Amino acid sequence: MSTPNESIQLTLNGEPYAMTAGLTAADLIEQLGLGGRRIAVEINEQIVPKSQLAATPLASGDQIEVVHAIGGG
Amino acid sequence: MTQLTDTPFTIAGRDFSSRLLVGTGKYKDFTETGAAIAQSGAEIVTFAVRRTNLGQDADAPNLLDVISPKQYTLLPNTAGCYNAKDAVRTCRLARELLDGHNLVKLEVLGDDHTLYPNVVETLKAAETLLADGFDVMVYTSDDPIVARELEAMGCCAIMPLGSLIGSGHGIQNPHNVRLIVEQSRVPVLVDAGIGTASDAAMAMELGCDGVLLNTAIAHARDPLRMANAMKLAVEAGRDAFLAGRMPRRQSADPSSPFAGRING
Repeated sequence: MSTPNESIQLTLNGEPYAMTAGLTAADLIEQLGLGGRRIAVEINEQIVPKSQLAATPLASGDQIEVVHAIGGG
Repeated sequence: MTQLTDTPFTIAGRDFSSRLLVGTGKYKDFTETGAAIAQSGAEIVTFAVRRTNLGQDADAPNLLDVISPKQYTLLPNTAGCYNAKDAVRTCRLARELLDGHNLVKLEVLGDDHTLYPNVVETLKAAETLLADGFDVMVYTSDDPIVARELEAMGCCAIMPLGSLIGSGHGIQNPHNVRLIVEQSRVPVLVDAGIGTASDAAMAMELGCDGVLLNTAIAHARDPLRMANAMKLAVEAGRDAFLAGRMPRRQSADPSSPFAGRING
């Protein structure tokens, strides 16, 4: 088991991102200030539905994409 | 005055009254985006999917606040994807973003100089997306054989380019667009290259079911006025197509009768 202060290294939207071990994807979204926003999350190239974010633990090395809608043609 | 009727414009089983589809890119701000799109009368509106800008103000406005999924049929696109895999990932992200909405605009680009469609990757992506339950409106070249393949696979709309994306060069090969219109049983829309209202009218006069454009409105000096022009052009072009144009003649043919002239 991870100790509470241990951190894991993620890749978040292409950039390195350190996070406390033992947390979930929902915790990450909250930490980013994106809770309740219209976003979509992919971890290691798999979609994580909104309903599953809180049940998805994060692990070191996870590649995470958080996307939203922007103007485009 | 007689009320003129038209067959419905149907995409993936849904009927629409506007045959103009618009993008949301290149506007000055969201206020202008919202106003221009409302003026255009468009019901189907396309947008891009991009990484969230982390560390941004969480209260910053979001495109979907302006272009509400309740008001418009949203059409996520795969602009910026250069291979099938990225395009498929983008569509799956979009479906999650829109709570299961299946309609997408597939575009897989060849290079960043021409933004010309890479049809090999487009065909691969279409196959995967269709198997995964997406309704695929596909941006493609004006090659009728490729268009036929995409339709046979099950794409719900074929969208050949008029000319290069964002170029405003209009419809460079109207004969190919016409060939695609004549052979297709699903809607055909000119997507890309429209520069001004006459280009949009031309697409409709060729028999296209609709037009998708973005830059022609967003980069007009007055986007709201151009949005209105595009709306009218698509309606005018559609009516002209349905009316059937007069035959071209080699010589003049007076509109006023010869008989009864005072110099007769």
